[in-house]
Amino acid sequence: MVAVLMYLKAFLVGGIICAIAELILIKTKITPARILVLFLMFGAVLGGFNIWTYVVNWAGAGATLPIIGFGNSLAKGAIEGATSNGFFGALGGGLMATSAGIAVSIGLSYLVCLFSSSKTKRN
Amino acid sequence: MKKLGKQTYEMANPVTISYAHALVGSKEKNGPLSKYFKDYFEDDTFGEKSFEKAERKMLKTAISDMLLANKINIDDIDLYIGGDILNQLVSSNFVAEELQIPFVGVYSACSSVTESLALASTLIDGGFCNRILCSACSHFSAAERQYRFPLEFGNQRQAYSQWTVTGAGCMIVDKKESQNCPKIKRVCFGKVVDYGVLDLANMGAAMAPAAADTIMEFFKDTKTQPSDYDLIATGDLGKLGSDIFRDILAQNSIVIENNYIDCGHMIFNGNQECMQGGSGAGCSAVVFSAYIYQKMKQKKLKKVLLLATGALMSTTTNQQGDAIPAVSHLIELEA
Amino acid sequence: MNKSQRNQDYLMYVEKQSPKSPWLSSLFRAFIMGGTICCFGQMIGDVIKSFFPTMDLLTVGAWVNISVIALTIILTAFGIFDVLAKYGGAGTFIPISGFANSIASCAIEYKKEGLVFGVGAKMFYVAGPVIVNGVSYSMLVGIIYFIISLF
Repeated sequence: MVAVLMYLKAFLVGGIICAIAELILIKTKITPARILVLFLMFGAVLGGFNIWTYVVNWAGAGATLPIIGFGNSLAKGAIEGATSNGFFGALGGGLMATSAGIAVSIGLSYLVCLFSSSKTKRN
Repeated sequence: MKKLGKQTYEMANPVTISYAHALVGSKEKNGPLSKYFKDYFEDDTFGEKSFEKAERKMLKTAISDMLLANKINIDDIDLYIGGDILNQLVSSNFVAEELQIPFVGVYSACSSVTESLALASTLIDGGFCNRILCSACSHFSAAERQYRFPLEFGNQRQAYSQWTVTGAGCMIVDKKESQNCPKIKRVCFGKVVDYGVLDLANMGAAMAPAAADTIMEFFKDTKTQPSDYDLIATGDLGKLGSDIFRDILAQNSIVIENNYIDCGHMIFNGNQECMQGGSGAGCSAVVFSAYIYQKMKQKKLKKVLLLATGALMSTTTNQQGDAIPAVSHLIELEA
Repeated sequence: MNKSQRNQDYLMYVEKQSPKSPWLSSLFRAFIMGGTICCFGQMIGDVIKSFFPTMDLLTVGAWVNISVIALTIILTAFGIFDVLAKYGGAGTFIPISGFANSIASCAIEYKKEGLVFGVGAKMFYVAGPVIVNGVSYSMLVGIIYFIISLF
C-alpha cells in the first residue's frame, strides 16, 4: 500500500510540475529553453534553502526527475562541497553531484550518433 | 517593355513559359494535389548522406528530367536563374556548377519562383536572352535543421506554424511564342515590408502584408481589379496568412471573391498535421508547375496572378530581436 | 499613422486571429506524460533498491536519473522520442528526459558535419543553456554558503 501511494505521489508531483510548465508555455511566449532555465534556477534556489529535500522525501522520483530536481542537486552539491572541502568544494561541488548524469548524456549520445541518423518527421 | 506606374513592368512581346516540371516528396504526393504531382520520391534522403545533398539532388533531378523529357539541349539555354532557402543558396549554386551554364542566384526566400520568372521575362523581353531556365526548391528536413531544431529533438509545433514543402519546381522561359503555353504578361516587383512580427513560427502573419502591398500596387499600376482574373494565387501564406491577406485587402476596399487560392493552404490537407499549410520556396514552385501551369495549358484558367511571398529573416537577426521583413513578387500570366 | 503604431495594431490583430493550441488538452497531456515518466523513474528506483538494499537514497536517485537519460537517448536514436514529445510537450522536456533528448538529437543531427565541429561543437546547441546556467547557479550557491559559513 505504501509503495502504491509513493507511485501516486510521484505521478502527481511530476505531473503537476510539467503541467505548470505547459501552462507557462501556452499562456506566455516564453520558449521551452527559457522555461527550462527558469525552472532550473527555481530548483537551485529551493535547493539552496534546503526546501526541495522535503518534496523529494515526499514524492521521490516525482521531485528528482523534473529539471527542478537537477537544479536542486546542483545547489545541494555545492553546499555539501563547501562544507567538506571549503572554497574549492563550493566551486566544483554542484558539477560533482550531477556529473554522472551529464557524463552519461554526453557519452551515450556520442555513442548512438555513430550509428543512428536523423529521420524526417512524419507529421 | 514598358514600366507602368511605380513597380509594374509590361512585356512588349509575349514571353512564354514553355515547360514546367515539379518533383515532390512523399508527404506532398499524399496530399490533396496527389494526381497533379506525377513525379515524386519516397525516400526523404533521396539516397544521399545529408538532407542538403538530398535537396541538391532533387533539384538536379527535376531539371534534368524536364530537359530530357522535352529533348531540350542544355547549351540552348542562355541563363539559369534560381533560388532556394538554404544559406548561401547552396542548392541552386551547386546545381548551377553541374549544369555549366551562366547562373544568376536570387534570394527572396519563398518568393524565389516569381522573382526568377519575373527577372527572366524582363531579360527576354529586353532582348538579352532567348531561353532561360528558372527554378526554386526547398526540403523540409534541410530547412528544419537550418532554421529550427534537430529533427529528433522533441518539440511541439504551434497551431499557427507551417510545414516546409519538400519539392523542386523548374520552368523554361522562352522568347519564341507557342500557342498552348501560358505567357507572362506583366510582372510587379514588391517592396520589402516589416510589420513587426517576431514569431518565427508565424510566417503567414509576417508575409501577408507583403503580398497585400504588392497586389495593391499592381492593381493601382495596371488599373485592374481582382474580378479581372480567373485565379489569384498567393505563395505560402497558409490558412491564417491568407485570411489576413483578404482582411488587409478588404480594409482597402478590394474584395477578393472565390477566385483566390493559396498554394501553401492547398498542398496539404487537414489530416497531415501541417497546421496552417505548406511553406518554403518549393511550395509555390511545385504548385505552380504541377497545378496552375497545367490548368492554364488546358485553357481551364485564362488569366492568373501568382504572388509568391518570402520571409527574409535569418536565425541570427531573429535571435538579435529583429522582426521578420517580407517581400512578394507578382507575375501576371495569360493562357 | 506612423510605423510603430501600425505594427502594434497589426500585432494585436494577428494575436486575435491566430488559432490557439487547445490548452486544456495540452495541459492534461503534459500532466499525464510528466507523471508517467516520474512514475517510471520511481519504479526503476524501487527495482534498484530491491537489488541493493544498502544503497543510500542519493545514489539511488542518481541511478534513476541515469536510467531515464539512457532510455531517452536510445528512444531518440530510434526516432521514437520526438513522437512522444509531440504528444507530451512540457511533460517530456521538463523531466531529465528533455535534457538527454536535446543532447542526443543534436549529436545525431550534426554528425554529418563531422565528429569535431559537428558532434563535438554542436552537441550543446540546445542543452547548453541548461548546463551553463546550472553550473553558474550552483557555484553562486556554493560561494554564498561558503561565505556565510565563515561567520
